[in-house]
Amino acid sequence: MNQTRRNFLKFLGLAAAGVCTATAGRALAVSVGAKAEPEAGPQALSAKRWGMVIDTKKVGTKEAIDVLAKACHSVHNVPDIPGNQNIKWIWAAGFEQAFDQPNDFLDEDVKKRQFPLLCNHCSNPPCVRACPTQATFKRPDGIVAMDYHRCIGCRFCMAACPFGARSFNFMDPRKHIDPAAVNKEFPTRMRGVVEKCTFCVERLAKGKQPACVEASNGAVAFGDLADANSEVRKLLREHYTIRRKPSLGTEPSVYYII
Amino acid sequence: MLEKALKGSPKYYLWIGFLLVVMAGASSAYLGQLMNGLTITGMSRDVSWGFYISQFTYLVGLAASGVMIVLPYYFHHYKQFKDLVIFGEFMAIAAIAMCLGFIVVDLGQPQRMLNVMLFPTPHSMLFWDMIVLCGYLALNILVGWTCLECDRQHLPHPKWTKVLAYISVIWAFSIHTVTAFLMQGLPSRHYWLTAILAGRFLASAFCSGPSILLLVILLTEKVTTFKANVDGVRTLAKIITYAMCVNVFFFLCEVFTSFYSSIPEHKNPLVYLFSGLDGHAELVPFMWVAAVFGLGCLALLIPPKLRDNRHLLPWSLAVLIIATWIDKGLALLIGGFNPTPFDTITPYWPTAKELTVALMIYSLGALVVTVLFKVATEVKHEVGASQKPDSDTAVPEA
Repeated sequence: MNQTRRNFLKFLGLAAAGVCTATAGRALAVSVGAKAEPEAGPQALSAKRWGMVIDTKKVGTKEAIDVLAKACHSVHNVPDIPGNQNIKWIWAAGFEQAFDQPNDFLDEDVKKRQFPLLCNHCSNPPCVRACPTQATFKRPDGIVAMDYHRCIGCRFCMAACPFGARSFNFMDPRKHIDPAAVNKEFPTRMRGVVEKCTFCVERLAKGKQPACVEASNGAVAFGDLADANSEVRKLLREHYTIRRKPSLGTEPSVYYII
Repeated sequence: MLEKALKGSPKYYLWIGFLLVVMAGASSAYLGQLMNGLTITGMSRDVSWGFYISQFTYLVGLAASGVMIVLPYYFHHYKQFKDLVIFGEFMAIAAIAMCLGFIVVDLGQPQRMLNVMLFPTPHSMLFWDMIVLCGYLALNILVGWTCLECDRQHLPHPKWTKVLAYISVIWAFSIHTVTAFLMQGLPSRHYWLTAILAGRFLASAFCSGPSILLLVILLTEKVTTFKANVDGVRTLAKIITYAMCVNVFFFLCEVFTSFYSSIPEHKNPLVYLFSGLDGHAELVPFMWVAAVFGLGCLALLIPPKLRDNRHLLPWSLAVLIIATWIDKGLALLIGGFNPTPFDTITPYWPTAKELTVALMIYSLGALVVTVLFKVATEVKHEVGASQKPDSDTAVPEA
């Protein structure tokens, strides 16, 4: 009797272990098979390293940058939340806030100018290094992307980002989006995950330029930094540009013409 | 042995019941957080970690503190700690339970937390933190429980517990080092970006942790027949004093580097904390209390006459705990996020709901400590180890 009970328990234990392993295996298989990035269509734009050059002489006011922000935020269903638990993908800030180059005697023009700030899609991104689940990752084309379904909301990436480019959904963002204005082509997020600018991966996959570039009237250029003949490289050759906090070695892919 | 936690005086039951009621009541705040998100906290886009993570950081120190008893006992055969070792190990178990609790309540999507194991990511320090914390928990449960069971049956400790105890000593250093690495490797968080942060964490852990442990042991003496070895307590107080001296020294090194180099990024967090910046001075009174208490507890602990005074000692320890808690359990996180990457100040203060959730986890820790210490003291009572002389069942040690 004792022996049989023992054997029965052993069998039960083994069976339970088997079920657990099978479930975990399936979960892993599903997650490995799933693609976080959008399917690339036939007209998809591709690059070795996507980059952006912003001519701040052309888009240097709060009003002008708000146009870019509105284009971006409406196409990506970014909620409008008042207070400091807000979400922003692209926004305006002054020279001292944007660049760590304090200057008491800055010329009047630059002093008054506003600069569009967004995720820098660093070549050496500290957020990707910090993320414990690879929910944020660097694609082969240099874009730092997010998987909102894998993110556990630990906010390690936010502490790691030196540019304050990341936002956390402290509350349900859907309550702060106008239901009539939702873009059904792009997912809304749930509470408890981090989000940020994605260089419009979903638009690049369809052959379109990023939303802010399209709305900028030529003030923002987007292209392949690895291609010497690209428009961005041409602009970088012809103008003096700076990047945010280059001394940290994150190698931002967003350049500013001053 | 767990059955020993089920039999106790009415006072014991009252205390357990009180903790359960507090936990149940406070969990309503956590339910609210689960329903509404972390918006119920004082955290923001700029200060994205708050009270939860700072309590986690402080309690990792408490978990690591048991090693200040385990190390002298196992590495130096310091026999006076013989009956204290188990309390160090059991305190570590409770501390890690609280650490894990604070991590879970800090997550935006707690139901996905196993993603950390499903997608192991060695380049993330959080992955390593999970490994060292779980490992340390397992080590302490295994070693503590087995040794106590053997004591109870008057058997020698199995050899493998000694091997695991040696490993746990090194492991204890690793848990706090990795926790410091969570922070000190982040570019542009200048208050954390310093090689001495891990050292500061360890020094602070090795004074504040044993202080809390010693206070709980002194309290245990009041409510049970257990009597801690007098020389053991004195030695532990001496260890605490040395560690606090090192802690203060490391902090002053930080102050020197920041202010003599005069690099704004290095200076500004300290300026914000101690004298205010950009019209924000939220933490200034706390920091000066910490400074005065930090030096004050040294004045009370360094002279042997004062340190060995059993009536004064609990107060000295309490002063030390307040000073180190303000430094590590409050200011470290806020100073790391301020000034923000935009060189601005975003004040942070925990909300009542946030504090209630923290209370839930602290009561959980208190419950674990109570149950484990109850088991340990009952076994010590049964075998007559380290008992008060007037204890009725005290028998000479075999």
